Amino acid sequence: MPVRQDFAGTAPPIARSPRPQPRGREPRTLVIVPAFNEAESLTRVLLELAACVPDATVLVVDDGSTDGTADVARAAGAIVAQLPFNLGVGGALRTGFRYAIRHGYERAVQLDGDGQHDPAEIAPLLAGLDQGADMVIGSRFAEAVTKYDVGRLRGHAMRILRLSVRLLSGHRFSDTSSGFRAFSGPLLEFFARNYPVEYLGDTAEALLLACYGGFQVVEVPVRMRVRSGGVPSNRNLKLAYHYLRVLVSMFSRAPAPLRRRELRRVASGRT
Amino acid sequence: MSTRGHILVMLVTLSSVFFMLRLVRRNQMRAKYSLLWLSAGSVLVLLAASPRLLDRVSVWLGITYGPATFFMGATTVLFLVAIHFSWELSRLEERTRVLAEELAVYRAEADDAAGNAPATGAGDARS
Repeated sequence: MPVRQDFAGTAPPIARSPRPQPRGREPRTLVIVPAFNEAESLTRVLLELAACVPDATVLVVDDGSTDGTADVARAAGAIVAQLPFNLGVGGALRTGFRYAIRHGYERAVQLDGDGQHDPAEIAPLLAGLDQGADMVIGSRFAEAVTKYDVGRLRGHAMRILRLSVRLLSGHRFSDTSSGFRAFSGPLLEFFARNYPVEYLGDTAEALLLACYGGFQVVEVPVRMRVRSGGVPSNRNLKLAYHYLRVLVSMFSRAPAPLRRRELRRVASGRT
Repeated sequence: MSTRGHILVMLVTLSSVFFMLRLVRRNQMRAKYSLLWLSAGSVLVLLAASPRLLDRVSVWLGITYGPATFFMGATTVLFLVAIHFSWELSRLEERTRVLAEELAVYRAEADDAAGNAPATGAGDARS
């Protein structure tokens, strides 16, 4: 795979538990819910999940919460992986991927614990996987499903990120920072070892890594709700810093020939 | 530099070398770092012991002002050491992260084995 391995490659390979896979049924699905202080909204999310995807197992990754998120999740019947301290969404997700691989799940869905992702929209994501995609992104902007207002500054930042992803991957994605996604088995295995753990890297950079790795990434339009609990995890200056960092990281990790080609294309004005 | 100055530099250097050795003996510093600082220390001792050495090296390098040679060398070494530490820190952070993630997975499995986590649908991981 033409993906350069840096520190992200230091994780040891994961031992799969030998489990015979019965044929002719739905693939085993794990719903990964990264949650950081989401005790308020989590119960409702988990109830909706149980109603919408009764066949899936739900794993809540408690990312060092201090408000009893793990207890709420256990009470609601989810399996809980409790991190000893806060790692950020990327780290929480990689935990979920490692769990999925160890327990032989064939696909996974990422859904935020704050209630902004509607569990009813999981079905179209999984349908995307069934059609052969490796990563299906639920996009707020793919079609005008509903107006989703992100604020002006954040809107600009997202536009820059979107353009960068388009330059580096050669594909057009409408929502590069969506955290509502589904992953195929092969991609799970890949991501369990290399997943961008830094803030924002968990979405845009992961998207690029999947593209570089030759995985098929598609978007489907979804409705998103205004988050029902918790606080948005950033302030303007911090946001700017994180965007800058992820841009540096994305451009410096691009495979060299690609980078040259794209730079030439930009230079000749055909962006 | 005066003789007194050289003696001062030598004393400071020797005491820091001694301090370094003590840290290593107490297992408070890895040998690879002590080696780094010990070699830096010995260069300092050497320079303090023979005042002519710095001037001769400067002439050989074509630098007219002796102390400039020293500062250039010191800056370069410290710069490289700082970069190395950033690299080392990043590596350590990544390892800590992997450990935390593995721990969380094992916690979930332990819960599961103890029967604390109720079944969630047909696709449950337990066997």
